[in-house]
Amino acid sequence: MKISNDTIIEMYEKMVKIRKFENRAMNLFAEGQFGGFVHLYIGEEAVATGVCESLRDDDYITSTHRGHGHIIAKGGDLKYMMAELYGKETGYCKGKGGSMHIADATKGILGANGIVGAGHNIATGAGLGIQYKGTDQVCACFFGDASTNQSTFHEGLNLASTWKLPVIFICENNGYGISVSQARHQNITDISQRAVSYNIPGITVDGNDVFAVFEAVSEAVARARKGQGPTLIECKTYRWRGHFEGDPTVYRPEGELEQWKKKDPIPRVEKYILENKVMTQAEMDKLNEKIDALVEEAVDFAQASKFPDVSSAVEDVYTDIVEEGRSR
Amino acid sequence: MRELTYGQGIKEGMRIKMLENPDVFIFGEDVGLFGGCFGVTAGLFEEFGEKRVRDTPISEGAIIGAAVGAAALGLRPIPELMFVDFATVGMDQLVNQAAKMRYMFGGKLKLPMVVRLPSGGGVAAAAQHSQSLEAWFTHVPGLKVVYPSNAQDAIGLMLTAIDDDNPVIYLENKTLYAVASQVEDEVKPIPLGKANIKREGNDVTIITYGKQVYDSLKAAEMLEKDGIDVEVIDLRSLYPLDTEAIFESVKKTHKVVIVSEEAKRGSYAGELAAIIADECFYECDAPIKRVCALNTPIPFSGVLESYVLPNADDVVQAVKSLF
Ligand SMILES: Cc1ncc(C[n+]2csc(CCOP(=O)(O)OP(=O)(O)O)c2C)c(N)n1
Ligand SMILES: [Mg+2]
Repeated sequence: MKISNDTIIEMYEKMVKIRKFENRAMNLFAEGQFGGFVHLYIGEEAVATGVCESLRDDDYITSTHRGHGHIIAKGGDLKYMMAELYGKETGYCKGKGGSMHIADATKGILGANGIVGAGHNIATGAGLGIQYKGTDQVCACFFGDASTNQSTFHEGLNLASTWKLPVIFICENNGYGISVSQARHQNITDISQRAVSYNIPGITVDGNDVFAVFEAVSEAVARARKGQGPTLIECKTYRWRGHFEGDPTVYRPEGELEQWKKKDPIPRVEKYILENKVMTQAEMDKLNEKIDALVEEAVDFAQASKFPDVSSAVEDVYTDIVEEGRSR
Repeated sequence: MRELTYGQGIKEGMRIKMLENPDVFIFGEDVGLFGGCFGVTAGLFEEFGEKRVRDTPISEGAIIGAAVGAAALGLRPIPELMFVDFATVGMDQLVNQAAKMRYMFGGKLKLPMVVRLPSGGGVAAAAQHSQSLEAWFTHVPGLKVVYPSNAQDAIGLMLTAIDDDNPVIYLENKTLYAVASQVEDEVKPIPLGKANIKREGNDVTIITYGKQVYDSLKAAEMLEKDGIDVEVIDLRSLYPLDTEAIFESVKKTHKVVIVSEEAKRGSYAGELAAIIADECFYECDAPIKRVCALNTPIPFSGVLESYVLPNADDVVQAVKSLF
């Protein structure tokens, strides 16, 4: 598959954007700028990027608790994301959601999710909606290796395959569900194997190779748009940080992280870009500076924004009913 | 006496029974080497080994269901879910299976299991990790429900819950895990259905449990300055319920405020109010008040979350409205 230079540059930009946003969020959390559960995507950037680059703006995604990368790759605005992490009124969810629940309906982002496995069925429902409306959109469903042990995995894939729904199931296999390694949570190593039981294509790719992810997903998207049903794509990758910020990662065997850092997806693209003269080093540096500025702008925006007024707490429960507030 | 945190209390209760009875064992997500999401099982994996402190896949249906099956064989499993919010995922196993099997089978089965469920807000964990769902469980015939507020009760209730031959829902408040308190050297089992009068008073009865025990005691101190003498009852056990302690107190004070962290609509607090209205209506000389969370999901942002959750000031305000 020939990938155009524009596409390569766009993917590089997205990956760097995710990395820089996450690094900044990591430091801000450590400084105590905001609280809550923050699950970082560092090390897994190639997956979200390769997937979302295969999608159109009008396609959908469902995300997970580890959602920042998905949102950025689907075109989410760093300012509103950062403001949401801070719990500010200008955040994507007006401060009601936080890191684990970012959504942007205008970008087809059906939401990050705090319930492991919930997305399998929601994405299937989005696929049903698309089929019902008769458009050629698709929905990409992101989920972790450990989420495939929820019954929703079976239910979603069974329904999507039986009804030939336009869903791309993207398994981000980073080898762990919190502290429990894949070998201790399931009896298989390649989750793509499970596709056999639904009679759909199942593929395993190097999740740290953005080109491999892009190619596999592009093919699955093409099939889905033609009404040929879902595909299960497993992307093998690794998270560099703990499960959440603050996790002491006692469960990691020595040297494992270092091995994976050698497979950092970003330098791999940089090497390709330079070797194939897609960009010069100077152009790449400039792009990096631009992204640094965007991230700083997002932090400034978040810090300058106000916290929501308490009266907003009782809004948005329903479209029409505003619940009763408190007299304090 | 010695000092223990609430989390250590929960662990001690389990540990005592595990040492005593080889049929008692723990499983759940990350309860092993990791020590549990909130560190409650820390050290038990090292002490008892993987057979008795077992990490499970992320499968809440299987976690509760496996406990039901193992309990049906006479074992005494203690399944842990990371957050009470995830009980939704295992609800069939809990509500249609655990709670009903004995009855449906004409009393032929016993299901001795203790389901540990960390509850409540206050840690910026947002809507899917902060709920107080006790009413769901107290609503289901066949389940017993306890909710300790301190280390001593955590131990005593755990000892009883494990020995109980019925499914017991053991709710824990996640803001209390690190809260230390004095504990007897040898804690005795606390019978289910026995409330604890935390503070005696003559003017008004506050009925509460879990974290709101602290808010209520704080409110009682504030109210004392205004000359209002408050009695605070920590229920400890939501079902069975110590109606005797409640009625006795109401007959003394004639005023009731119920405090819980639940969304108010359909809450267990509402059930308590109904029970009091049924049995003690003529003893009350003011409306029965409930102080609860607002009827919203729990928001992330700290300013919103603390507005939605009840606090001591809200309790003070509710009490004063009765005078
Ligand atoms: C239903 C449910 N059970 C448990 C959890 C707690 N939890 C949050 S993330 C997580 C691990 C998820 O692992 P995986 O799906 O592999 O995604 P990863 O974190 O590795 O990206 C767990 C157990 C949850 N949020 N929801
Ligand atoms: Mg994982």
